Order: sequence, then C-alpha cells, then structure tokens
Amino acid sequence: MKKVISLGLVAAMAGSLVACGGNSAETTTAAAGETKAAEAGETAAEAEKTEGAGDGAALEGSFKVGVIGPLTGDAAAYGLAVQHGAEIAAEEINAAGGINGASIEIQAQDDEADPEKSVNAYNTLKDWGMQMLVGTTTSGACIAVAAETVNDNMFQITPSGSAVECVSNPNAFRVCFSDPDQGTASAQYIGENKMATKVAIIYDSSSVYSDGIRETFVSEAPSQGIEIVASEAFTADNKTDFSVQLDKAKEAGAELVFLPIYYQEASIILKQAADKEFQPIFFGVDGMDGILSVENFDTSLAEGVMLLTPFAADAEDAKGFTTKYVDAYGETPNQFAADAYDAVYAVAEAAKVAGITPDMSSSDICDALVPAMTQITIDGLTGTGTTWNEAGEPNKDPKAVKIVGGKYEMQ
Amino acid sequence: MSFLSYFINGISLGSIYAIIALGYTMVYGIAKMLNFAHGDIIMVGAFATFTVVSTNGGNPIVGILAAVLVCTVLGVTIERVAYRPLRGASPLAVLITAIGVSYLLQNVALLIFGSNSKQFTSVVNIPALKLADGQLSISGVTMVTIASCIVIMIVLTTFINKTKMGQAMLAVSEDKGAATLMGIDVNRTIAVTFAIGSALAAIAGVLLCSAYPSLTPYTGSMPGIKAFVAAVFGGIGSIPGAMIGGIILGVIENLSKAYISSQLSDAIVFSVLIIVLLVRPTGILGKTIHEKV
Repeated sequence: MKKVISLGLVAAMAGSLVACGGNSAETTTAAAGETKAAEAGETAAEAEKTEGAGDGAALEGSFKVGVIGPLTGDAAAYGLAVQHGAEIAAEEINAAGGINGASIEIQAQDDEADPEKSVNAYNTLKDWGMQMLVGTTTSGACIAVAAETVNDNMFQITPSGSAVECVSNPNAFRVCFSDPDQGTASAQYIGENKMATKVAIIYDSSSVYSDGIRETFVSEAPSQGIEIVASEAFTADNKTDFSVQLDKAKEAGAELVFLPIYYQEASIILKQAADKEFQPIFFGVDGMDGILSVENFDTSLAEGVMLLTPFAADAEDAKGFTTKYVDAYGETPNQFAADAYDAVYAVAEAAKVAGITPDMSSSDICDALVPAMTQITIDGLTGTGTTWNEAGEPNKDPKAVKIVGGKYEMQ
Repeated sequence: MSFLSYFINGISLGSIYAIIALGYTMVYGIAKMLNFAHGDIIMVGAFATFTVVSTNGGNPIVGILAAVLVCTVLGVTIERVAYRPLRGASPLAVLITAIGVSYLLQNVALLIFGSNSKQFTSVVNIPALKLADGQLSISGVTMVTIASCIVIMIVLTTFINKTKMGQAMLAVSEDKGAATLMGIDVNRTIAVTFAIGSALAAIAGVLLCSAYPSLTPYTGSMPGIKAFVAAVFGGIGSIPGAMIGGIILGVIENLSKAYISSQLSDAIVFSVLIIVLLVRPTGILGKTIHEKV
C-alpha cells in the first residue's frame, strides 16, 4: 500500500515538474517577446522624436513587419545581422516620414536556423499582428515558412534565403541571389578571371543550400574551362574533421578549393588547411560571409579568401550605413545586414507604390504589394538599380570580394 | 604516400576515441554502468581550457591542468550525487539518470557559453613534421595525440597492476560483495575510477578541440557515442580493448572517408560494429562470461 502511495506521489511530483517546465518556458518566451516589442517600440518612439524635430508631422499608425532568423546558434551572425540591418532601415524610413504617413515597427524572432522553430517564430509574429514578413534568413527555414505564408497570403521577402524553393510561391521575393545563380556566377567568375583550372569542392551533402550551389557550379564548370579534380562531402553529424577531404584535394593538385558552405565549417577548414600547409585559393559564396566574426578566430587564416558577396562594408556607397551600424551594434555589418536593409527599403518602396495603409489586413497588403514589387527599382547597398521579376528573383550584378588584412576588399 | 597520411590521421583520431573510451570502459568494468554523461565531460574540459587559454590568454599547461581539475571534481560530484544513491537500483534507472546528467551538462553549458561555436586555440605549438621531401606532413597535434595516448595507456596499466588502488579496482570489478568482505572500500574505489575517467575525458577534450578547433556545448556528444562504440568494439570492461577499439575505429573512419565515400563514413563505421558484434558478441578482447546457475 505504501508503495502505491509513494508511486502516486512520485507521479504527481513528476507531473508538477513538467508543468513547471512548460510554464517557465512560456513565460521566458513571452518576456523575451515583450522586451523585443518594447525595444522595437522604443526605436519607433525615438525615430518619431527625430522626425518630430524635423518637420513636426507625427506618424499615424504603424506597419508591423516581422523578421525571422537565427539570433542564437551556429548561424547567429546571419540572423542578428538581418535583425540589425532591418532595424536601421526602419529607423531611417521612419525618420524620413515613414510609408504613406505611417511608421514601420519591427519585431524579430529567433528560429536557430531550424525549420520547425522557424514556423513557431512565424506563428508568434502572426499573433503579434505582423502584416509583412522580412525573412527568413536561412534557406531550410525559409522553405518551411514559405509554405505557411502562401496559405495565409502573407507578403514575404527573404533577405538571404537563397534556395530556389524559397520564392517559388507568388507572394515571396528575395534580395540575395538564388543558389543556382551563385553556383553559376562563381564558376563564371573563376573562369573569366582565369583564377584556376583545377578546382576541388568541399560541400555539405546534408544541406539543401550547399548541395544546390555545388550542382550548378559543376554543370557550369566545363564551359568555363574548369576541371573538377575532387568533390568531397561532409554531413551535419561529421563536420569537425576535414583532414581527409583536404588531403584528397591536395593530392588531386587543386589550385582552388570551392567552399559552398557556411562560415563555421569554413573556419575549421581554413585552420586545418593551414596546419597541413595546403595553400590553394579558397573561394566561398555568401555563406562564407561572417567568417571574420567567429569568436577567437585567427583572421590571418582567412587572408586571400575570396567570396561572392554583393556587399563590402568599406565600399564608398556603404559608408553611411556602416557607420550607423557600428555605432549602434559595435560590429561591422556583413552582407546579411545589407540584404535586410535593402529588403525593408524594397517593402517600403513597394508599399508607397501600392498605397497601402496600416489598417489593411495582411492578405490585402500582400495582394497590393506583389504587383508593386515588379514595378520598383531600388538603389540599395547590395546593388544599384535592382529590379524584381514576377518569379521573385532580383536582377543585379554579382560582385566578388577578397579578404585582405582581416577586411573585405572589393574586386 | 597519401595512404600513409590518411592512416596516421586515422590513428590520431582513433587515439582520441581511445582516451575517451578508456573512461567508458573503466566505469563500466568497475561500476557496471554506462556513463552516458562521459561525452559531455569532454566538452566541459574543453570549455575549461578555452576559458583559461583563449579568453584570458593563460598558459596552455595551466589550461590543461584547469580542465583536468574541473573535470575530476565534476566527475566525482556527479558520481556522488547522481549515481551513488542508485547503486542498488536497476541498471535501466542508472542509464536514464546518466542520460539526464548528459542533457543537464549540455544545457548548463548552453546557458553559460551560448550556442555560438567558438574557435579553440590549439594548446600544441609544435611545427609539423615533414617526411619524404614534404610529401608527408604530420601535424604537431597528431604527434602529441598519439604520444599522449601511448603514455596514458602505459601509466594506466601500471597503475592498475602495481598499486593497491589498482588492485582494489580489479577486485571490485570481479565481485563487489567479495571485495567488501576483504576490506575494500567499494564506494571510494568507484569514486577514484570516476576521477580517473573524468581526468582522461578532460585530456581527450583538449586534444579533440586542438585537432578540430570548433567548440560548442554539443561538441562532446558525437565523439562520446563513437568512443562508446569503440569501447564495445574492443570489449567493454577491457582497458587494452578500449585502446585497440578506439584506434581501429579511427582508422576505419578515415580510410572509408578517403577511399569509399566521405558521406558514408559514419554508416560504414557502425556497420563494422554490427558485424563484429555478430561474430564476437563480447567485442575483440571481451571476456566470455559463463552464467553460473
């Protein structure tokens, strides 16, 4: 009998523990949400103040723009950059009179680059009353969220979701290049500048992003006179040891190693290549952006690394943005920040053309914005005279940068 | 020449697995429990060194000593708090507790250090060794890892065979009840086992992150699983078995990456394990235990 009672007690305790866990988690998220909302509110308030000092006209109502990205986790550098870039753009737009007399309010939610968490983040933002989505930041998560936005008819513009499927729905647009474009553009850049004829690829076979770029790179390579001497894969479970992949690339006599992967793994590859005294040219794509911000990373290892990115913080036309960003967040902005900045400006421009107002529902806003997107032209940080086609793809020129002395140098 | 290079890298990777596997196998041999939190102790060790060396610019030796100290205390504490009260409980309860401790360690590390991965500063500053006109280059970390593994193996074998404590360990692993009757303090012996196992985990953590310099709160879990496989492979409970199992596993992993497929290496490693266990259920050096009725 005693045993039964004690078992019952244990069960009750376990139950209460679980309940506690659940509750506390909820409170934390809610609290975090509030803080963010409060921050966003403050930003808006500050912006209004500045604006008020300017011409005295107060903004009426606000458009609620959601941002989703990995604010923590392996890819946090991307998500945070997107959040910060979007906030700066919103501040500027609000200070300059807002959209059709209404301000922009930004709220960012964390998805840790995980598709499931991303959909949760999207739902949280919908509960908040989001009318337009700037997101998500990473491809895998973006595909998952795109399936939701099309059902809800929510306008979506992803700053950096580069997989083809990210914008396959009519309500979705993107600022960055798509994966196939990046693969093709990389091969063309290497071929046209005669950088190398023997190229090795190290890619993540468990990632849509990485494998997608590799595919188009491989198919474009022969027409650029590039011979792929080694194509080595790794998977998400096995991403700390690249010695074999590097040995094979070295063995095959690769002059250039193409890395269509994220900067975390790239930082390890650079370190291990240095240990092996293997010094080819390393060529990355936009996922490589962020490599200089890895904690405790020896930036001299990245000397000479090239990457295809449309943005360099030191460039003349980016100076104003860079100064603001550094003042506000103490970091040099990367391409993702610039993509998000352009995304918010594109939304604002399309909103002006479409003449939407904050009291409209998200579905009506989407119906108005989609045709407007193909009419606008943005002179942004990631390209001048950028236009969008109906498929949601941007039209601009790719640029390459080289890392010299721990900084990006435009090529 | 390239074969030799893959082979040496495999031995180096295997040496790390072997050092981790020693902790698994000793604890299993003596306490008859699978300490699944072992992999996460590696991570704690690596973070201890990271904090001392990379964040505060301390001496690498101090960093390693700090890691060993932190892990030893942690290992003994975990044993005292989480495992000792369950000594008489069913093996399943202890196993679940160990998994719980593993998640606890990961999440505490996540809370303190965040989930961003950190670039670990290697504690080894020996230049690479070049052989055969520079065709074969062996990095300093590789040499240190293999050497540490051999030294640890020798010291551990001597410790177990020549000291009183070591003999007590052997006695406890044979028969706990009889050992108690002979005046051996079983609890103390098990605590010492955990201390040694955790200290080894600290060293493995530092070596692992020196060779593969990315550190996150989940760094220890995959090598932990592989080392567990290595321990089973060599015959769990057997110290030379853990060593051999670890090294074979590392070599198979690297060679299959090099010659079969870089994507399938994990699948190949685990299939080899299944085949070995089908042929020799107790592992390569495992003892066949005859059940007495």
